[in-house]
Amino acid sequence: MNFLHVYGIFLRNIILIRRSIGRMFGLFFFATFELFLWGFITIWLRDLAPKDARIDFVFLLLTGLLFWDLFIRAQQSFSISFLEDVWSRNIMNFFATPVAMKEFIAGLALISLVQGFLTFIYIGGLAVLLYALDIWALGFYMIPFFMNIFVFGWALGLIAIGLLLRFGPAFEILAFFIPMMFLPFSAVYYPVSVFPEFIQQAAFFLPTMHLFEGMRQVLTQEVFPLSDVLWATGLNILYFALGLAFFLWMVRVARKKGLIARLLQD
Amino acid sequence: MSTLLKVENLTKTYGQTTAVDGISFEAKEGEVVGLLGPNGAGKSTTIHMLLSLLEPTEGSIEIFGKDLKAHREEILQHINFATAYSMLPHNLTPYENLKIFALLYGVQQWRTAAESLLEEFNLAEFRNARTGSLSTGEQMRLVLAKAFLNSPKLLLLDEPTASLDPAVARDLRQKIYYKMQENNGTILWTSHNMREIEAMCDRVIFMAHGKIVADDTPENLKKTFQSGDLEDVFIAIAGQPSPKI
Repeated sequence: MNFLHVYGIFLRNIILIRRSIGRMFGLFFFATFELFLWGFITIWLRDLAPKDARIDFVFLLLTGLLFWDLFIRAQQSFSISFLEDVWSRNIMNFFATPVAMKEFIAGLALISLVQGFLTFIYIGGLAVLLYALDIWALGFYMIPFFMNIFVFGWALGLIAIGLLLRFGPAFEILAFFIPMMFLPFSAVYYPVSVFPEFIQQAAFFLPTMHLFEGMRQVLTQEVFPLSDVLWATGLNILYFALGLAFFLWMVRVARKKGLIARLLQD
Repeated sequence: MSTLLKVENLTKTYGQTTAVDGISFEAKEGEVVGLLGPNGAGKSTTIHMLLSLLEPTEGSIEIFGKDLKAHREEILQHINFATAYSMLPHNLTPYENLKIFALLYGVQQWRTAAESLLEEFNLAEFRNARTGSLSTGEQMRLVLAKAFLNSPKLLLLDEPTASLDPAVARDLRQKIYYKMQENNGTILWTSHNMREIEAMCDRVIFMAHGKIVADDTPENLKKTFQSGDLEDVFIAIAGQPSPKI
């Protein structure tokens, strides 16, 4: 592993974010917007609920929101860093460098970590200020939670990049919206038990469902959800391996079909 | 002079279309080789295969005595390229672009390399301007500066002076030549400017319909085709009908 290569990929994206108000806006605006929207809805719901209700809506929903935003950031920053090269027609210059695919992935993962944590610290701080949210309430569960959130984001990011390489910028929408396809089934804002049986069975295969179910267990019962952590980790290892295999296959297909040079023309 | 690049039976097909058809050639250390041919002859496809952007359907590429497919990263460390058709990111400054590509090529002294190439290619005054705001000539100088970041032993140039005015083109040609001489590097140079090729190249490979149809010094090619200059040779070769498949 050549760390200069990894740093080159990382630095390029950091320069772009630091310079561009638009990119900064993208990092913080939607998270702020959602925090306001959901924060006030949940305060209203709490006021409607009986005074002796055991569930703290604000706490549960906003913690879910915070971590879902982290997942979106982890996935999007990973894929969009690659899209930057497509947009600036730099793909050919980049693929002609001696950067190995493992260094490319490490560079994107580093960007994803930095952007993810930046957004999380900002939005977490804002949630503490506005709603007195205790973001440390998850305790040690935060460690496997963070790790799994990022790894699943990267697995989806690898699939999105693979599809972009194969089918060109027509698929760039995936880089932005792939996590949204999983939102309804990830039990972020409600427990998985509200689903019909067949959806529950399908949702079982989503690491995010286990993570958010586990999150609720920690917050409402103060129990470490070992089974959910193990399922999420196992599924993530599988999905990351599949995402990696798919991405490497698409790179081979792109090299075979001359798709790298074609990305300059699309 | 030892052989630096060895291409054997290189073929690239897309379905029924053959873009490069079993070509074989070599380039020696310090040699400047022109790769000429009409549009669609297979020059860019060949260059893309040498850069590992494209996988050959058949054949082998050996660079520095090593197989490109098996030693991709190691070989690309010592190769670079410049093309008029792929500029550097517009949203970065010339200094940032060079700094980042120096890192991507694993150059240890990446800051110094970026600074000194900005000076050498007369780009220091645009150091902090956005690359997109530079003229075509200035952007091409930047692309060429990028091509020298890793002091390449093999430089692939795909029409590097296309769309440049004659004075800038001459200046850049000289710069390329002297910088590669310092390094005893090999250049594979494609261009449609026959005077440029005649002035720069020790040897010229002509391609047509994906095949090599001539491979000799510019002087010998002119004799063989009984032409006054390479342009006539080019027109004679380009005018040959496509072989029936």
